[in-house]
Amino acid sequence: MKKTPLYEVHRALGARMITFAGFEMPVMYSSIIEEHMAVRERAGLFDVSHMGEIFVSGSDALEFLQWITSNDVGKMKVGRAKYNALPTERGTVVDDLLVYKMDDELYMLVVNAANIDKDFQWLMEHSNDFDVKLENLSAEYFQLALQGPLAQQILQPLADFELSTIKYYRFKVAEVLGTEVILSRTGYTGEDGFEIYGPAEEAKKFWDAIMEVGRDHGMLPAGLGARDSLRLEAGMNLYGNDMDETTTLLEADLEWIVKWEKDFLGKEALLKQKKEGLRRKLVGFEMVDRGLPRHGYKVYVDGKEYGVVASGGYAPYIKKNIGNVYLPIEKAREGEEFEIEIRGKLHRARVVSRPFYSRIK
Amino acid sequence: MIPDELYYTESHEWIRVEGDKATVGITDFAQRELQDIVYVELPEVGKKVKKGDVLCSIDSVKSSAEVYAPISGKVLQVNEALNEQPELVNKDSYGEGWLVVLKLEDPGEISSLLSASKYRELVEE
Repeated sequence: MKKTPLYEVHRALGARMITFAGFEMPVMYSSIIEEHMAVRERAGLFDVSHMGEIFVSGSDALEFLQWITSNDVGKMKVGRAKYNALPTERGTVVDDLLVYKMDDELYMLVVNAANIDKDFQWLMEHSNDFDVKLENLSAEYFQLALQGPLAQQILQPLADFELSTIKYYRFKVAEVLGTEVILSRTGYTGEDGFEIYGPAEEAKKFWDAIMEVGRDHGMLPAGLGARDSLRLEAGMNLYGNDMDETTTLLEADLEWIVKWEKDFLGKEALLKQKKEGLRRKLVGFEMVDRGLPRHGYKVYVDGKEYGVVASGGYAPYIKKNIGNVYLPIEKAREGEEFEIEIRGKLHRARVVSRPFYSRIK
Repeated sequence: MIPDELYYTESHEWIRVEGDKATVGITDFAQRELQDIVYVELPEVGKKVKKGDVLCSIDSVKSSAEVYAPISGKVLQVNEALNEQPELVNKDSYGEGWLVVLKLEDPGEISSLLSASKYRELVEE
């Protein structure tokens, strides 16, 4: 079992631990609902050091990334981060990721913990024709996510420059607490916030310092439980639940990160699917009947079994039972109803637009 | 927190017997295991259950659990307040978070339940 550099810290805080992607991770410290609400209303601190960091460098770094990802890396300036995906030849999803442009010939890819080895292998296999160097430095980096409306206020005293200069989806490499880190205004909660990447051995120093300041602002340490409910409520896909190598980017409602004007692996298949028309699509839903929909519960469309719930659960801020589901394209429209089997009984659900929640900016 | 005057089961239900009626809930240990209870699926009033049958289901944010009938009987009353405030089970599992009232079918079954001290041994293991 793998552990993050903060494993002992979580144990000392009394966190309930689970195994996720081969890591022993905190699922909650006190209550998922309290942690969720803290992030929406104040702030929460997550240890997400299980996430992977893969560095791509070399004179063909840009050309390689343009070929291997679906979103446009070409227009990125140094200091920008972008949501992106690695498609297969069939247009399905190897992984979703963040691409950071560190320099003209240096990029950091932040990938899902469960996919680190697979992604690295995938990148290696497709890099033969390019002059690039690939390094998997996942184990050397910690990643903390400080999320919530008070995130900047909490982090500011630790930095010796104005954090407001880092705009949404931008980052800075800076010395903080005597250590060089990447400070990125990104997140997976639907709130404002920062993600901090630094050397694994310094993780505790940053965790403790942020906890210290955060305490006075009502910040809570938050686990993977709240991370999941926050991203679901904010309408974000989770790899493995909402998309994988059997669903295309178009079906997964990710056409916004497919750039048709460039060439990339999988484009042909996606273009063909777009021309022929989708047969199914991922949509958001809320329950009409009472009952909690969970990942894997059977879905019925017009009385016939049609797949399973992709993601589902209770959304603490909007106080609704919600989820994501693949539906036949003719049913993948707001207001359409279908059914979910919960403990042997069918419960009605209705398609609604995503995100379920969005912050007032 | 394990009140002395109640009986318990190995599956973490408690039962308060008063004459031929018994109030059933889940223990403090069980509510802490579940955390963040967001839905309680209560049975119909009048439903008959045998000892060990599923009496109702509880969903927390992270997991689902079944509550088993500690004894056989007929459902006389359900805690309707839980439809609006399922979190009462977390806040007050032995009080306002009660689940159902059963009419006992066989008072002899009570002897099969755990005493408070026996239950304490079970959860402290």
